[in-house]
Amino acid sequence: MNAIWVTIMIVTMSLLLCQNPAVAFDSIFNGSTKAIELGLKLWAIYAVWLGILKIIEDTGLTKIIAKKSKKLIHFLFGTVSNEAEEQIAINITSNLLGMGNACTPSGIQGMFYLDKKSKYITSQMIMLLVLNVTSLQLFPTTVIGLRVAAGSSNPNSIIFPTLIATTASTVVGIILCKICSKLFRKREPK
Amino acid sequence: MSNYIFPILLILLIVYSTIKKNNTYQSFVDGAKTSFDLVLTSLPYIVAIFVAIEVFQVSHLSAYLSTALSPIFSFFGIPTQLAPLVLLKPFSGCGSLAVLQNIFSTYGVDSYLARAGCAIAGSSEAIFYVTAVYFVKTKVTKFRYAIPICILANFAGVIVACLICKII
Repeated sequence: MNAIWVTIMIVTMSLLLCQNPAVAFDSIFNGSTKAIELGLKLWAIYAVWLGILKIIEDTGLTKIIAKKSKKLIHFLFGTVSNEAEEQIAINITSNLLGMGNACTPSGIQGMFYLDKKSKYITSQMIMLLVLNVTSLQLFPTTVIGLRVAAGSSNPNSIIFPTLIATTASTVVGIILCKICSKLFRKREPK
Repeated sequence: MSNYIFPILLILLIVYSTIKKNNTYQSFVDGAKTSFDLVLTSLPYIVAIFVAIEVFQVSHLSAYLSTALSPIFSFFGIPTQLAPLVLLKPFSGCGSLAVLQNIFSTYGVDSYLARAGCAIAGSSEAIFYVTAVYFVKTKVTKFRYAIPICILANFAGVIVACLICKII
């Protein structure tokens, strides 16, 4: 992340220096303002979802969902702790239901339980990251909403192509994860 | 259809929780309490990502990159008009939705380009944003092969999206 961020900042700042140095400062503050605005929105979203997730946890449903998805999680991640298993199960479920930001709290918590306190990422954490980045969702609600707003004659026509595309990216991601975790097994943090 | 899922699930959950004789209200409050911590730890990362996204667009770097990479994109069957969307998508979900709306108004919402764009936007998440936020409670700073895998997997999704929209 460091290398990517530093590269983007240096290249863009040099470009702005040649084009229009006056906007450099403003654009950085614009970005920061947007981030804080999003942060407030996320706070509201997290508060609701963490509340709902806690209700689910207290009813014992988390354990049931984790038990039901045990085989799948074992196939994807190998052996993980019970806490991690529960969070991953919740994370995958909310991804499938397309609950957008609901995946984030369980994702962060899942990463926390998978963490080996090393500065190197483990292959299990990479799998969880890849599953979330390729987000296997059943209903692309936001995009359909945009299509309705733009006056599409058939807003739902993209559900099937999106499902195929997201399945493709998830399958490719899982395969690559499996291959790389075998290839780079020696560098796995203990 | 999808509008019904959330309220139905929520009703079922609250009824179930009540049957189990849980203090549902207290559970919700306890959970919501932890949101403050989560936002405080993730906000600095979100700021860093958003600053990078903003200068990425303002400096026209995204435009230059789309022009430079368009031969590669067309080799894989991705229309050059969708290059800005494909490039921005790994960085920002909101940013790419703005680009998508632009495609709607330029080419028409039911055109091939718009439908392929929708499939691209709906098929993946913002890689760098998710990576920045998901690791806030860990000590990880070295991501090994994680980012290349994410980019390759999403690129496969983009190729499939363009292909399937052409067929259907």
